[in-house]
Amino acid sequence: MQRIGVFVCWCGSNIAATVDVKQVAETLKSEPGVVFAADYQYMCSEAGQNLIKDAIRDHKLTGVVICSCSPRMHEATFRKTAAAAGLNPYMVEIANIREQCSWIHKDKAVATEKAIILGRAAIAKVHLNAPLTPGESPVTKRALVIGGGIAGIQTALDIAEAGFPVDIVEKQPTIGGKMAQLDKTFPTLDCAACILTPKMVDAAQHENIHIYAYSEVEEVKGFVGNFSVTIRKKARMVDPVKCTGCGLCTEKCPMKKVPNEFNLGMNNRSAIYIPFAQAVPKVATIDPAYCIKMKTGKCGLCSTVCEAGAIDYTQQDELVEEQYGAIVVATGYNPIKLDQFDEFAYAQSPDVITSLEFERLTNAAGPTAGTLLRPSDGKHPHTIVFVQCVGSRCDGGKGKSYCSKICCMYTAKHAMLTREKYPDTDVYVFYIDVRTPGKNFDEFYRRAVEEYGVHYIKGMVGKVAPQADGTLLVQGSDLIENRQLRLNADLVVLAAAIEPDASARPLATKLTASMDTNDFFTEAHPKLRPVESPTAGIFLSGACQGPKDIPETVSQASAAAAKVIGLLVKDKLKGNPCVAHSNEMMCNGCSSCEKVCPYGAITYVDKEFRMPDRTTAIRRVASVNPAVCQGCGACTVACPSGAMDLNGFSNSQIMAEVDAICK
Amino acid sequence: MSDTKRLKEQILAISGVNPRKCMKCGKCSGACPAYDEMEYHPHQFVAMVEDGRIDQLLASDSLWMCLSCFACVERCPRQVEPAHLIEGVRLALIRQQNQNHLHAEDIPPKLNDALPQQAIVSAYRKYSK
Amino acid sequence: MTYSYYPGCTLKNKARELDDYARRAAAKLGVTMEELPEWQCCGGVYPIAKDEIATKLSSVRALMAARDAGQDLLTLCSACHHVLKRVNHDLQTDEAVQTKVNNYLAPEQPYTGETKVIHYLEMLRDVVGFENLKKQVVNPLKGMKIAPYYGCLLLRPSAVLAMDDPENPAIMEDFIKAIGATPVAYPYRNECCGGYVAMEAPEYACKRCNAINASAASFGAEAIITACPLCMYNLRQNAADPLPVYYFTQLLARALGVEEDEA
Repeated sequence: MQRIGVFVCWCGSNIAATVDVKQVAETLKSEPGVVFAADYQYMCSEAGQNLIKDAIRDHKLTGVVICSCSPRMHEATFRKTAAAAGLNPYMVEIANIREQCSWIHKDKAVATEKAIILGRAAIAKVHLNAPLTPGESPVTKRALVIGGGIAGIQTALDIAEAGFPVDIVEKQPTIGGKMAQLDKTFPTLDCAACILTPKMVDAAQHENIHIYAYSEVEEVKGFVGNFSVTIRKKARMVDPVKCTGCGLCTEKCPMKKVPNEFNLGMNNRSAIYIPFAQAVPKVATIDPAYCIKMKTGKCGLCSTVCEAGAIDYTQQDELVEEQYGAIVVATGYNPIKLDQFDEFAYAQSPDVITSLEFERLTNAAGPTAGTLLRPSDGKHPHTIVFVQCVGSRCDGGKGKSYCSKICCMYTAKHAMLTREKYPDTDVYVFYIDVRTPGKNFDEFYRRAVEEYGVHYIKGMVGKVAPQADGTLLVQGSDLIENRQLRLNADLVVLAAAIEPDASARPLATKLTASMDTNDFFTEAHPKLRPVESPTAGIFLSGACQGPKDIPETVSQASAAAAKVIGLLVKDKLKGNPCVAHSNEMMCNGCSSCEKVCPYGAITYVDKEFRMPDRTTAIRRVASVNPAVCQGCGACTVACPSGAMDLNGFSNSQIMAEVDAICK
Repeated sequence: MSDTKRLKEQILAISGVNPRKCMKCGKCSGACPAYDEMEYHPHQFVAMVEDGRIDQLLASDSLWMCLSCFACVERCPRQVEPAHLIEGVRLALIRQQNQNHLHAEDIPPKLNDALPQQAIVSAYRKYSK
Repeated sequence: MTYSYYPGCTLKNKARELDDYARRAAAKLGVTMEELPEWQCCGGVYPIAKDEIATKLSSVRALMAARDAGQDLLTLCSACHHVLKRVNHDLQTDEAVQTKVNNYLAPEQPYTGETKVIHYLEMLRDVVGFENLKKQVVNPLKGMKIAPYYGCLLLRPSAVLAMDDPENPAIMEDFIKAIGATPVAYPYRNECCGGYVAMEAPEYACKRCNAINASAASFGAEAIITACPLCMYNLRQNAADPLPVYYFTQLLARALGVEEDEA
């Protein structure tokens, strides 16, 4: 028989206002096996913990039940308390009488009764608890960063600086991400390339960083500290070691009519290409969808002109397997497609563009060499209308429910820069709200209005109508003046909502990392663990976790790096002892558990058994790798013979809890 | 319950619109082809019904200017459906005065040879309870 | 292919040619239009009020008749299409409407929106196919620059009407190409013509129609096509310097060489 202590927490008034804590302690004291019961204002405080420790020693407790908040909040705290008093930490059970009781009930009598029942269930479970000891596993001191934008680069640099090797996997031919496409950055207006490209070079030259460009993560196995990742190196048809990045092949390539994705299709590139001048690695890539040689077998001009002999039309995708202790997701964002918002005529006029396209139109390395010209006729626009919140803050089928966060600031930047460079241009910004919560952000927006004379209009555009004379008639509301405006514009710029990159969802599945309904990765705690995924060993960096500007992205990138470093400095990790095990005598070898295990922790082995008639027989039975098992319990439910069971959550324990509740 | 509150609830029930979903972006009024004909504009209908300033709407000709073209319904980012709300106010008035906006005897002088039946039926329906 | 067909009141009267050309063209294309034996006016406008049932019943009767005939319900007039499609959607999605309507009509088999409502243009696109239509054209309208006019009723709200992209539709443009003419892109093809206010406030409808007509003309259109008798009336009656306005079925009949046939 266990000797059980029950500790009922008030949580200030959080619990005590709705639950009669004294009555709970009093009632549970008479449960079988309970030798001690007490209530206290804050059980998690030092005094509260001392109360528990003293009781364990004084009353020779073998089991502890804490009636308090969710185990997600303080289970670890109380396990440590028990361990400090010499009790196995897995002899502690939590009855959640806050989130699942006091916070959701109003009637004190009802809540008190429920708290007693929850406590009774926990007591019933502790009766069947057994001491557990976690195993240990080694840590591979190497990190993987998925995504080579500013988030991934910053995380990789920080980890590398701490002395650990890092690999960056980037699906594009070059690292740099979205920031490489930007012109200037708010609120200081420094040139994006000037501050980004040195970091790209640092990453390329760092002895601890290896870049897998034009590569994708194929498969992820293992667990925190011991991931095994298969990386697909896509065939570039160019040997990256031999290629010097001289660019001669791109000049000579006869296929020059390929939409240039780096300039968002606003000009063309050749079939063999280097995305931009400062690309890292600066290596050419053949686009097999357009390469004449790849499609028809004839041409081969690039191979003829390449002095380094780097062109290899026979190159195949290559799979490499690497071991990592930690994985950082930095897959970034994209502007949404605007198909569902053609009241703005994006599909109907080349002079209706997105803000990212505007970046390229003002960038010295862009399709117009930095001169702002209309895509339709190459003329200077004299009236420009910016429309905010296109597809953001939507409810229902179209668009995104969230605020994309970066648009207010980059629009202010675009408006300001336009007025500075082309003072004869009239600039209008239609806004719903101007959101500028950042250091020097509101000052920046005010400068656009006060110094640069940008016309901010509180209202929204309802229709953009391309006119026969080539202008765009913009019809919108001006809510402050209470009028409908009709502006003849030469260019309309849409601040399209941003969304996670399409690669994020399949990647999350490979990593068993959770996502929200918008496909942003979920953090382990929204306030207190913002850079970790709930899946151990997976960390989050940048816009893959939520819309972010560059300063925020870099902060989060470094925070994720700090968490990774904290993990990699450890030599061994304590595992979770609450893992599955198979009763081999009951296992019938059906493989049901193996099929449902999301972690690949179950294998089958042939074992010799002595039969009742003294003969031996070989039987196929399940075997769980406790280092890989995450204790999800899927196998225990799938097992038809009841052979699979979970330490700490055994079938008998759960049934005992149910019986206690139904009593 | 006050008369205004009852009227508001009636309008919300008729139209099925929840004006609290409105984030006051003004896209409805940016899209509206009838804007210049109206004293109160689509976004104001939403705000004023929510506010209980319904008497002003009932007394205004703006009620009859909405074309029910559903541009606002299509483009509202919050799915507020302003045209449905305007219809609700219109019906509340017609029901309150217990007579149609358009009287049978008013119709003959408005007719001409080319006018399709659809126009007469629609107008009559639109202006009746 | 055989459809139950709902002509609506205007097509029996002021817009007889919209109906007449549609029937001739359908016969040429091998589509049978079986007019519902008994139908009533749809009311011309969709009854928005959530608490109104009576104004939806005539539509439900037509929808139910098509179901009982085991056929899709073909529409031609934009207003009828709009009303039937939206009432049908109510019957599919709104349980309160479902209950009240069925309690009132007490049909042998309750109606819950089973009928598919299909507009003549959708029938051309999705059943006949524009490629196939093109092959059957004997009299292509070469060189004719036509502005498609959708108005509001065919497209919005798109979540229910679901005919095409409500802001950048293509179905009429593709139809115009199929009959050998050239579609003219202009921004007011989905703007309202003024609708039923034409009767009470013609000067208001004038403003709307002038904007539409002038925009189409500025892009070089020589004619406008529509599927709606009221749009037709407004564009002809209430626009300054109006372009010729045709029902799309008339040009279809012309292209198929059946315009002048005996009805």
